[in-house]
Amino acid sequence: MTTTMTTRERLAIGRVRMPELAATVRSSNFEEVNRGLGSDDALREAQRCIQCKNRQCVEGCPVGVSIPEFIGRVAENDLAGAARILRYDNALPAVCGRVCPQETQCEAKCVRGIKGEAVAIGYLERFVADWAMENAIQLGMEKPPPPTGKRIAIAGCGPAGLTAAGELARLGHGVVIFEALHDTGGVLRYGIPEFRLPKAIIDAEVDRLRAMDVEIECNVIIGKTLTLAQLRQKFDAVFIANGAGLPTMLNIPGENLKGVYSANEYLTRINLMGAGRRAEAATPIIKGRNVAVIGGGNTAMDCVRTARRLGAERAMIIYRRSEAEMPARVEEIKHAKEEGVEFLMLTAPVAILSENDGWVAALRCRHMELGEPDASGRRKPVPVEGTEYDIPADVVVNAVGTGANPLLTATAPDLALNKWGNIVADESGLTNLAGVFAGGDIVRGGATVILAMGDGKQAAAAISAFLVS
Amino acid sequence: MFEVVSNDILAPSLHRMVVRAPRVAASRKPGQFVIVRSAPEEERIPLTIGDADNAVGTITLFVQAIGASTRTIVATPVGGFLRDVAGPLGLPTHIEQWGRVACIGGGVGTAVLYPLAKALAEAGNDVTTIIGGRADAFIILKHELSAISKEVLITTEDGSMGRKGFVTAALADLMADPATCPQAVFAIGPVPMMRAVTELTRPQGITTIVSLNPIMIDGTGMCGGCRVLVEGEPRFACVDGPEFDGHKVDFENLFDRLSTYRSHEAANCRLNRQVQP
Ligand SMILES: Cc1cc2nc3c(=O)[nH]c(=O)nc-3n(C[C@H](O)[C@H](O)[C@H](O)COP(=O)(O)OP(=O)(O)OC[C@H]3O[C@@H](n4cnc5c(N)ncnc54)[C@H](O)[C@@H]3O)c2cc1C
Ligand SMILES: Cc1cc2nc3c(=O)[nH]c(=O)nc-3n(C[C@H](O)[C@H](O)[C@H](O)COP(=O)(O)OP(=O)(O)OC[C@H]3O[C@@H](n4cnc5c(N)ncnc54)[C@H](O)[C@@H]3O)c2cc1C
Ligand code: SF4
Ligand code: FES
Repeated sequence: MTTTMTTRERLAIGRVRMPELAATVRSSNFEEVNRGLGSDDALREAQRCIQCKNRQCVEGCPVGVSIPEFIGRVAENDLAGAARILRYDNALPAVCGRVCPQETQCEAKCVRGIKGEAVAIGYLERFVADWAMENAIQLGMEKPPPPTGKRIAIAGCGPAGLTAAGELARLGHGVVIFEALHDTGGVLRYGIPEFRLPKAIIDAEVDRLRAMDVEIECNVIIGKTLTLAQLRQKFDAVFIANGAGLPTMLNIPGENLKGVYSANEYLTRINLMGAGRRAEAATPIIKGRNVAVIGGGNTAMDCVRTARRLGAERAMIIYRRSEAEMPARVEEIKHAKEEGVEFLMLTAPVAILSENDGWVAALRCRHMELGEPDASGRRKPVPVEGTEYDIPADVVVNAVGTGANPLLTATAPDLALNKWGNIVADESGLTNLAGVFAGGDIVRGGATVILAMGDGKQAAAAISAFLVS
Repeated sequence: MFEVVSNDILAPSLHRMVVRAPRVAASRKPGQFVIVRSAPEEERIPLTIGDADNAVGTITLFVQAIGASTRTIVATPVGGFLRDVAGPLGLPTHIEQWGRVACIGGGVGTAVLYPLAKALAEAGNDVTTIIGGRADAFIILKHELSAISKEVLITTEDGSMGRKGFVTAALADLMADPATCPQAVFAIGPVPMMRAVTELTRPQGITTIVSLNPIMIDGTGMCGGCRVLVEGEPRFACVDGPEFDGHKVDFENLFDRLSTYRSHEAANCRLNRQVQP
């Protein structure tokens, strides 16, 4: 019996490896790279958890998932029990199990990591969530409480909006999500590629919300189709979760050449519109043989790995610091390397060049070296004079970051913003306007899925408290 | 789903479609556009809101079928549905009491011009409209524009209606006479036409507003694909435009970027071209 295992026995088990599609196979298709654990592997991995009393791992989780509790159920092969615990703390476990940076959150705190390898909390989360999706009937639907008669409008259907909607519906409130695009999910749909996060997962989550009577209206742009003032009039409360969708320009010569994309445009064409991926998709994309992606975050990795899948012979990351400073997830960097992506570190773009035909022909770069630490604590890259050289490229993707999109906020002059245009909100998500809450990237700037979800959950609780008071 | 209430052919491959979209009808202002995706897997296509009837909740679109996506849109029959209509997007036209204005439309641009000319007339401007087209069959909205204009001048390239030649000739005549010279010019049409008009008005410094039509995806400022150079700075036409001061626009760059996907063949050629290492 698993429950009677001694700590010594648990400590003797080595960390599981995630089964992956072979790099040679996957670098030309969009199938999910991580295949997920099998039941035996999952059970054994769960047995590695020593059920600490002081739960360091939970401290590391931004939403405080009851990690040892759900893992304990997996070890006992009670997957339904595990799923219930997980679902209670985390509205989108199948998403988080795939895209959360566990290596810097829960797993970084896991005591087993001190002397060896941390428990694979992320893999187990995904395992349980996937099981729950396949066995939804066995789990049963939560019975919603009687309707409260209150109605809440949510602007934006990304992780923050979806989570808030689920929490509010669970409390018996009426919820309408307004989404600017023609489909749901926010960055989960248009940004993160299929090979990391299959869209069927978002569809399943959205179906679940609809089954709880959450209304989702796509093609409604708050600030244009309807204003915040109108929402405040027609609804009892509003939650703004419209993300941080505004590409930052490189501000170097040649940025308007054909073949230069922002990461948002590149990924949206391919992920949301299906360009280059589905034969039926009408939206085009310039595929490129030599694709240079500028940046070092998850977005840059997603772009470069996508470029490779669209057939690029050279798919390159151009990053001005060194690999140690790269903000992308370790797993993404590893996967990208396995797929044949080239990493040009300490390299910064200076100009995008053409052969006078309007198309990109090369990216002019120069070498950098690391100087004194800057405000972020990372060593600041400084240019090395006289080191300019040209890298042949027919597609250049700018993945240096996004800022707050002013479309909504520009039409809500009373709403308090900070100097970067992000909405100012307190711990609970409350803005300076009564009944108006905000969360996710529009408040934090570019952050993470789990933080956006945490905000959605917090705000839902605060909204509910506000509505009954 | 957005129902097509009517669908008429105004000129060769140019359709007037009335579409049920009550929220857009209620909130739109002249100069704004919608993004239409006719069916799953189709492109997101920007189209100007030509007119709207808030009482019945409809908007009017004028669609020139020039490519696969616009052909699919115009092929939607009455009673059929457009899958997605999102808007109104972009900034409304800045309507001012200019005095004498010249409104110039070329091709489908004439339809885009119509709501603007109407708003300018309603604001008390003295509107002279110039419509240009390849031949008489392409001259549209003559009657609608006559109703709001002091005068409508027509030019066709083959001389089959009105004056033979381009809109710029008619504008040059207006400008030559101090009694008719406009205080502001609004030009909407193909890029070469808008560029020619701005070059004509530049020496005299006559304010010239153009409506730009770059390739778009989201229409909300999220992708940056619609960027145009205005005074050398990148501006997103979907949120900062689509109307700009024509004297500050880099038309060459716009024209070039519009050709990005012009021919997949050309693109494919390019992919196969050997780039020197
Ligand atoms: C390519 C990429 C890869 C990433 N990878 C990871 C990762 O691996 N792990 C991780 O944790 N995080 C990752 N992130 C970050 C993460 O996706 C975001 O932090 C998260 O999605 C923010 O959620 P949100 O709900 O605040 O906003 P979003 O996901 O941006 O959703 C906002 C939604 O609001 C809609 N909207 C915008 N304006 C309006 C309006 N005016 N009216 C109505 N709707 C509107 C948008 O269309 C969108 O659907 C990645 C981001 C990108 C771009
Ligand atoms: C703000 C705005 C308002 C517009 N209003 C109208 C309108 O009211 N009526 C109307 O008929 N058209 C309008 N357009 C143009 C319309 O969006 C394009 O004609 C359409 O996108 C072409 O799509 P397609 O698939 O049919 O043609 P494609 O097959 O994509 O293209 C056919 C050819 O047209 C070129 N082209 C020119 N302009 C565009 C463009 N904007 N997007 C894509 N390709 C383009 C392509 O490069 C290609 O060579 C507007 C554009 C903008 C940006
Ligand atoms: S810190 Fe690690 S071993 Fe301890 S309870 Fe959490 S997951 Fe289990
Ligand atoms: S169309 Fe995407 S930013 Fe304008």
